[in-house]
Order: sequence, then structure tokens, then C-alpha cells
Amino acid sequence: MLEQVNLVKELADKHGRRRDSLIPILQGLMEEKNYLTDEAMVLVAKELDISAADVYGTASFYTFMDTDVRGKYVIRICKTISCSMKGKIDVLHTIEETLKIKVGETTSDKKFSLLETNCIGWCHKAPAMLINDTPYTELTPQKVTEILQEYMKL
Amino acid sequence: MSKYSMHLLVCGGTGCRASASDAIVENLKTELEAKGLSDTVQVIMTGCFGFCEKGPIVKVSPDNTFYVQVKPEDARKIVEEHVIKGRKVRELLYVDPKANEVIEDSKHMGFYKKQIRIALRNCGFINPEILDEYISRDGYLALGKALTEMTPEEVIKEIKASGLRGRGGAGFPTGLKWELSRQSQSDKKYVVCNADEGDPGAFMDRSILEGDPHSVLEAMAICGYCIGADTGLVYIRAEYPLAIQRLKVAISQAREYGLLGKDIFGTGFNFDIELKYGAGAFVCGEETALIHSMEGHRGEPTLKPPFPSVSGYLGKPTNVNNVETFANIPVILLKGSAWFSSIGTEKSKGTKVFALAGKINNVGLIEVPMGTTLREVIFEIGGGIKNGRKFKAVQTGGPSGGCLTEKHLDLPIDYESLVANGSMMGSGGMIVLDEDDCMVSIAKYFLDFTVEESCGKCSPCRIGNKRLYELLDKICKGNGVADDLTRLKNLGLVIKDTSLCGLGQSSPNPVLSTLENFMVEYTEHVHDKKCRAGECKALMTYSILEEHCVGCTACARACPVGAITGERKQLHVINPAICIKCGACLEKCKFDAVIVQ
Ligand SMILES: Cc1cc2nc3c(=O)[nH]c(=O)nc-3n(C[C@H](O)[C@H](O)[C@H](O)COP(=O)(O)O)c2cc1C
Ligand code: FES
Repeated sequence: MLEQVNLVKELADKHGRRRDSLIPILQGLMEEKNYLTDEAMVLVAKELDISAADVYGTASFYTFMDTDVRGKYVIRICKTISCSMKGKIDVLHTIEETLKIKVGETTSDKKFSLLETNCIGWCHKAPAMLINDTPYTELTPQKVTEILQEYMKL
Repeated sequence: MSKYSMHLLVCGGTGCRASASDAIVENLKTELEAKGLSDTVQVIMTGCFGFCEKGPIVKVSPDNTFYVQVKPEDARKIVEEHVIKGRKVRELLYVDPKANEVIEDSKHMGFYKKQIRIALRNCGFINPEILDEYISRDGYLALGKALTEMTPEEVIKEIKASGLRGRGGAGFPTGLKWELSRQSQSDKKYVVCNADEGDPGAFMDRSILEGDPHSVLEAMAICGYCIGADTGLVYIRAEYPLAIQRLKVAISQAREYGLLGKDIFGTGFNFDIELKYGAGAFVCGEETALIHSMEGHRGEPTLKPPFPSVSGYLGKPTNVNNVETFANIPVILLKGSAWFSSIGTEKSKGTKVFALAGKINNVGLIEVPMGTTLREVIFEIGGGIKNGRKFKAVQTGGPSGGCLTEKHLDLPIDYESLVANGSMMGSGGMIVLDEDDCMVSIAKYFLDFTVEESCGKCSPCRIGNKRLYELLDKICKGNGVADDLTRLKNLGLVIKDTSLCGLGQSSPNPVLSTLENFMVEYTEHVHDKKCRAGECKALMTYSILEEHCVGCTACARACPVGAITGERKQLHVINPAICIKCGACLEKCKFDAVIVQ
């Protein structure tokens, strides 16, 4: 908890305490933990002197700011048209089988979360996914298995 | 500008690197050194040329010779023959597969012939992390010219005369926008670059920022000079980490060189640029939503007027332009508006970058003059449809656009012609579809996208699109009735008329345009319960071919609902009343006995 208090303070010192500092601060918190806890959002609200509901309302608007518990590695597989046309579904099944979770779930060791996302701008190299910030493209069931195995070792 | 009279450009893309382009660079340098030419001929490792299947590639500039499948030991020949004697090394030239002709100049290659690169002029030619390379290709010359030789009014006049229109979708005249922003009175103004690219099928803005970030920074500074702003903001999606990194490097280099910051070129003009990150909301590409997001709020659009050029970021006049729009600006100032407006059609000047994706042979980015036909784009530059399949349609303009078909192939593409035919320029994504794609499902994909990305502020868009989606889903599942088709159309028109922002005003387009062009497929789904592309699973029937079935029981064991019966070594049968069409039997059968119709 104290750690979080300090982190929020640090981020506010860096980005300021104005309204337009809110999203950079939330993004800073996301970088640390991959999702926003209720406590963190309340702390941010206090720091910026706005209501906690306002912070939550803003955060929940954005797909890439999660307010649900997420694992250390968040996999976001693109489900938009180009990727769907190029075999995204098989790749998704492979991920689900490998990690034993479904879309929207997190592994019990809190290591992986699996989500779907809309187009991430790699349509010419479809199907594509992001693991945290890193894009992986031209996926096949075999390629995605290899990628996941690398992450499992981490 | 440059002290070199010739450049040897070696592709350093991932594909070519794997086949020894490093060694080619080394050898070329050694050969040039030995001949005492290192001061006149420069070897540059660039980004990908987009022609990976024939790599490694060496391009000679200025004569556009395009050597393919070059080996490290060919370096000597290239230097001795081409550089010194001016004779092309014929055996390394590209041979056009159709005409079986040697291509001497890459301008005549099918892939490049029809292309003119303005916005993409430097992508693949410079190392984007080295400012000197941008400068050696006349980088920041336009900014210098504007600041030292022209008044802001003169610059705006030039941009207006060029006929440049916004590349972010709406096609608003850029010069006019700058003029309006200039006329707004305020102590503080902002220049915003919209890099929130989120249209499915579009990735040109990412490529420009990754391949040539300085061209955008330079243009933003020019815009700042014109409208009287000292601050620029780039709103970029956080999902583009490489583009972000390149921008950061570019900004800090430009500051170091004094091209951003205080008193640029000693003219007293101050301008600096900051980055703002999006967080995965498509609607934030809409300019008012984008501004709210930068202010720290939910990214919901608001009614215009007031336009951002009057009241934008923090209530101050704000000029928002798209990445590609900006990338055109420096060239216009250097080559002149007359040159720029000589390219394109009457109302759409210059070029447009299109992102080719889907069932097409050459996927990737192309840049063509406005007015190029779809046929040229898809068949000449794009190399036609994958696997020899038949062209069915091309979806342009993402979720706000529509589908164009065979009968539109000779349509010259510009802002007006696309709208007149029920589609949109959008940001320039083109998704090519072949006979295996079901048009009802395509419309459903886009509606699924809009339903998710609608911000929910206005009810036509929030509720209407959901209803549209449900109708499409019902039709795909085989439960559609004739009335549904009229309902789709009426509801679509109402949503278009009554939505608050551009998202809802255009989101029914994929439905309306497929209804218009592919009514047959809709009626087949509704009346005959048939999907000719075989994509709508629920409309398929599964059966077992007597000739192929050996009675191995694999299918019966795989069936999760027990719809398959049959004794060992006997013909198996699927009961259509129980079958849920999951395809498990099809996957398991080793004898191709399961068929889907
Ligand atoms: C739903 C929606 C999404 C948009 N997304 C983008 C986008 O990703 N990038 C962009 O440059 N413009 C986008 N626009 C257009 C912008 O609102 C705005 O017109 C544009 O950034 C202006 O720049 P331009 O005049 O240079 O085109 C979008 C508009 C709407 C309605
Ligand atoms: S559709 Fe998947 S990255 Fe664009």
C-alpha cells in the first residue's frame, strides 16, 4: 500500500496535478502493474482532488486501461477483419489450449491474461497480437506456441 | 545539399538481412574504398523496399536501377561496371514475370510504375533515427524556407493553392483549416498531429512515423509558424511502441540541432513538441474526442461547432491534422503548389497512401496519384488476388466505408468518387475480398467493431448499431426473414442521419453498401438459407460421403452432441436435427468423407 502511495505521488510529481495529468498518471500505473486497482484509483483521485468515480469513469472508457485483475503478461489478439480472414481463430484456440484459459481470463499463477482487441495496425502481417507492448505478427499455431513457451520460461 | 553524387541503397529489412545484406554493404564499401570513390558514392542501409520475395535488393539512385537477389560477391561487379563505367549489370536486373522483359528502371516495374511517393518519400531510403540522413534529403529545408523567406500568410496561400486535403478521412482543405486557426485570436494555440490510427486495415500513419518521423515534426513546426502556435502535440496510440520510440529519438535530435525549441533558425520563432498517448479507443481518432482525451477526460466527441480551430485543447484554438497530411507539407513548400496540384484529379490533388491487406498478393503500403483506378491498384500494383481466386470486392474506408465491386474497378479513386459510390476514403485502408468471403459476414465484422468502439454518448449509435448487428447475426444464423432486409436499410439510414459524430454517421455504410451491391447474397441467406461463400456455419449442412466412409468411428467419437451414428466398419450418418455444425467430425475424419454444403 505504502509503495502505491509513493508511486502515485511520484507520478503526480512527474506529470503534474492538473486534469490533463490524469491519463499519463494512470498510464504510469498501468506500466507498473498491467491493471488499475481500486485503491490506486482512489489515491489518484485524492492526489488530483477529483472524485474517485470520475477517475474510474475515465479509466474504464479506455480499452487499454484495465480495471480488472490482469496477469503479468497481457496477450491481446486482434479479432478484426484482416486477422480473422487469415486464421486468427486457430491461433486463438492454440493459445487457449496452451494456457488453459479462455478470452477474458487470467491464469491462476497470474502470469498470463488473454484478451481480444480491435485492429492494431499490423493487418498486412495478419494475424497479429500484442503481449504487453510487443507486437507479434504472421502468427500460426506453431509460431504462437513457441512464443508462449519463451514467455513461460520468464 | 548532399556531397554524394550517387547512392547505393541496400535493403536492411528483416527479410533481406537474413540473406546477407550486411555482407553486401561491407563489400560495396570495401570496393568503393579501393577505387577511391568513398567520398562520391554513399552506401546506405535502409528500411524495407516492400519487395521482399526478390531480396536482397540493391537500388542505385539517382538512376533507379533495381538489382535483385544480389550476393555479397556481386559488389565488385556493381562498382566496376555500374558505378565506374555507367553500365548496368544486366544479370542482376529484375525480370518482369509477365512480359519476360528485363526492367532497367524500377519506375517501370509493375509494383513501382504507377506509384509516386510524396508522403512516403523517405520511407525505406533513410535511417529514421539519424537526423543527418533526413537533412541530406532536403529535410528541414522547407521549415527554413518558410521561416526565413515567407510570411505565414504566404505559406498558407501556397498550401491552399496546392489543393491538399486532409488525409485523416474527411478531406477538409488543409490550407483553409490553417487559415481559420490563424484567424482565431488567442494568447495560446496548439498544433495537434492525429496519430490515433485505428481503422481496421490501415497502417500508413504507423509506417510514416516509423520510417520518417522528422517529416511530420517539420510540418508541425511549419504549421505552428503559420497559425501562431508554439506548442505541438502528437496524439499517438500506445500500441505503436516503435513509432513512439522513433518519435522520441527524432524530437530529441531536432532539439539538439535547434530545429525545435527556442529561436529556430535565429528567427525568434519558438516551437516544441510533446507526445500524448492514446489508450485503445477508436473514437479518440475523432478530433473533438481526441482533444477531450488529451485533457484527461473520457474520449467522447462533442458537437461541432465550435470547431477545434476556434476552441480546442484547453479551450484554445487547435489545429488538428493527420500524420499523412503533415508528411506532404514540406514537399509542397519545396516543389511548389503548382507541381503538387498537377498530380491527381480536379478536386483531389496529390497522392494517397493506401494500405493493401486481405486476399491480395502484394500486401503492404503503396502511394498513388489520386485518380488511379482500383484495377491499377489491385491488379497492377497489388499483383492480383491470392491463389488465383476471383476478385469479389474491396472494402475501403474501414468501418465508415463500404464495398466496391467488379463494376467499380475502373473508377478513378478520389474523395468524391468513393463517396458517390457508397464508400469513403477514410484513412486509406483497402481490404481485398475474394469469392470465399461472405458479404453479410463482412458487414457483421464491421458492425461488431463499431458496436464495441461506439462511445455510447448518443443513442442512435449506441443502440442502433447494436440492433443492426443483431439483425445481421440473425441472418447469418439462418433465422432471417424478408422484413429484416428492409429493417436493416431503414435503421441504417436513421443512424446515419441522427448520430452525433462521424462514427455513427458512417457506421451503417458497410451494411448499406453490401445491401446495395450484394443483395443476392442477403436474399440467399434469408430465403434459401444458403451462404455461397461457405462462411456462415449455421447455414451449412454436414453429411458423410458413402464412397469415402470406412466406418472408423472417429467422427462419432468426436461429435460432442451424439449426432453421428453407425456401426464399426459401416457407413456413418449425421442426424441434421441434432447436429450443431461445430465441424469436429470434419476435423477428425482422415478419409475426406465428411462434406459441408
Ligand atoms: C470515428 C472517427 C475516427 C477517426 N479516426 C481518425 C484517425 O485515426 N486518424 C485521423 O487522422 N483522423 C481520424 N478521424 C478524422 C478526424 O476527426 C479529423 O478529421 C482529422 O484528424 C483531421 O485531420 P486532416 O484534416 O489532416 O485529415 C476520425 C474521425 C472519426 C469520426
Ligand atoms: S485487422 Fe488485425 S491488425 Fe489490423
